[in-house]
Amino acid sequence: MSTNLRIALRFLTARKRSMLMSLAGIIFGVGFFIVTQAQTSGFEQFFIKVILGTNGAIRIEDKIQATTFTLAAAGHDPDASKFEVETDRTGRKYIAGVEDPGLIIEALRRFRNVAGASTVLEGSVIADSSFKNDSAKVYGIKLEDHLAVSDLAEQVARGHGSLDDFRTTPQGLLVGKVLADRLLLSVGDSLILQAGTEQRRYRVSAIYVTGVSDIDKVRIYMHLGEARSLLKKATGASFIQVSLFDRDRAPQDAVQLEEILRHGAKSWQEREVSWLNAFKALQVSAALTVSTIILISGLGMFNTLAMLVIEKTKEIAILRSMGYSRRDISQIFLWLGAIVLGIGTVGGWILGFAVTYGVSKWPIHITGIFTAETFQVYWSINHYLIATLCAAVVVMTAAVIPARRAARLEPGDIIRGTSQ
Amino acid sequence: MSPPVQASTEFALRCENLHRYLGQGEGRVHVLRGVSFAARPGKVTAIVGPSGCGKSTTLYLLGLLDQPDDGSIWIRDRLMSNSSDLDRTAARCEHIGFVFQFHFLMQEFSALDNVMMPMRKLGRLSDAEMADRARALLKDVGLGDKTHRLTTQLSGGEQQRVAIARALANQPAIILADEPTGNLDVKNSAIIFDLLTRLAKENGQAVVLVTHNPDIAHRCDEIKPMRDGEFC
Repeated sequence: MSTNLRIALRFLTARKRSMLMSLAGIIFGVGFFIVTQAQTSGFEQFFIKVILGTNGAIRIEDKIQATTFTLAAAGHDPDASKFEVETDRTGRKYIAGVEDPGLIIEALRRFRNVAGASTVLEGSVIADSSFKNDSAKVYGIKLEDHLAVSDLAEQVARGHGSLDDFRTTPQGLLVGKVLADRLLLSVGDSLILQAGTEQRRYRVSAIYVTGVSDIDKVRIYMHLGEARSLLKKATGASFIQVSLFDRDRAPQDAVQLEEILRHGAKSWQEREVSWLNAFKALQVSAALTVSTIILISGLGMFNTLAMLVIEKTKEIAILRSMGYSRRDISQIFLWLGAIVLGIGTVGGWILGFAVTYGVSKWPIHITGIFTAETFQVYWSINHYLIATLCAAVVVMTAAVIPARRAARLEPGDIIRGTSQ
Repeated sequence: MSPPVQASTEFALRCENLHRYLGQGEGRVHVLRGVSFAARPGKVTAIVGPSGCGKSTTLYLLGLLDQPDDGSIWIRDRLMSNSSDLDRTAARCEHIGFVFQFHFLMQEFSALDNVMMPMRKLGRLSDAEMADRARALLKDVGLGDKTHRLTTQLSGGEQQRVAIARALANQPAIILADEPTGNLDVKNSAIIFDLLTRLAKENGQAVVLVTHNPDIAHRCDEIKPMRDGEFC
């Protein structure tokens, strides 16, 4: 152990109470920083998971009506392909829907990052149960394709009924939990859907729960063939739902898909930008709020060290008279900061971990933009590193000024002052 | 102004024509007015004089704790008065041991730790060797059985003995003592002075002490009376 560290450790006990207060501040600051980040990130990640599991990573919709474009592709490998596109972007117009979904899905299969694609035909209907009626949206899907691009199986498992019934029943429906509750529907009940003048009777095969109330209150899944018949759309699709292997590449892939497929393509980040920004703002706001605890403990630390320098001027003079350099004196006080920082950070990690774990097990029923039964937390080493960085910046800045002041003290002046 | 001291390697410490001003503006005082002085190995020199005559200021300048406004200081023929803070700090560590009036021990440390502190900075000995030497020094000053006591658990006289052991720790060429018996009773004063001079003479160290005590001064090898910032 270095002599300066040894001296710092002894000096640490000189102002026990104020040191402990600063230490407690750092422990709580770091701990709560970790907890709040784990929570806000947890809800954000949960929201992303739900959104991806429901609406997919990319949605391809509406054909672009380009004025001029040329396309040159080299082989099937997207990385080896070279496209030259000339488009009038400012005057871009869209034709609603996907004209030839089969062709688009065929093209999508050539992209390495595309994990699956599902044709969806969407339309507005009036849903009429024996008791009530409500407006709804039907989503005509090919079940197996859609299972590959969504968490529908899991969402049905969270609700009632089974996919097998839907799979084998042409008139089967998958109804959102909120809508089913509104219409007082149970699995096996019949439901009349009306689209324009067309009216048909269907059977509730299962009730699903996505957790996103905006989806659960309007969306009804039905077989694509039935949807074409009900909505009187023999061909085409409203959109194609795409799932990706690497969800984070969705924005780049969407741009590429849009240019190549000549259809509008929206990544999940673009679709949910307002919610994602809200989560980010919440995360930053929580970090700033909790950082004030660290900042206050840093001020406490500064005060404690500044007082310590005043108290220890005699000892500083002794050390200087023995041959300890200004740098040694500065190091002793920086060590003091570093020791408190080290203990505080580790304590904060432990507190943060324990509280995060406890909170993740805390039963709480949340409904709104999504439904959750417990606090959602996201475990990330980055939360610990950022908390440590914040604490290090604050505490070491608080230690530097007293340390420099201590180093500047002239031993002759101190001894002369003490002796007189 | 004191007569100039002839340059010689036989001096552990010497200074020439030291001037020092303290204070600022109208309060600025010419404390030292051309002090010249030399200390020989194995000899004890007492600087005496009334309060405020510049005794302690001279001692701090000789100990490189302060810098003169003019004049030169040599430690073993190495000119130190114009050297950098780092060089003067290193010279203090290697060549100079201090004993102050109020012992100036580190309260959080034991007697042994206090004596080891200069050795730790010098870094010439291993931990075990430092501990052995510190124990031996404490035994020499009569504190062999109190090595692990905190300094707060020692009497004033014992604390000053620890300070002497600490001053001798790095075997410096020069011991500078600023009224080392100033806050002790007559009996303890005599013990401390005898201890300091005996150990210094045994090791061939030059001792320069500032004192108000005429009895102590008369037992030194040389007395340098001082008045108004000059040696008389």
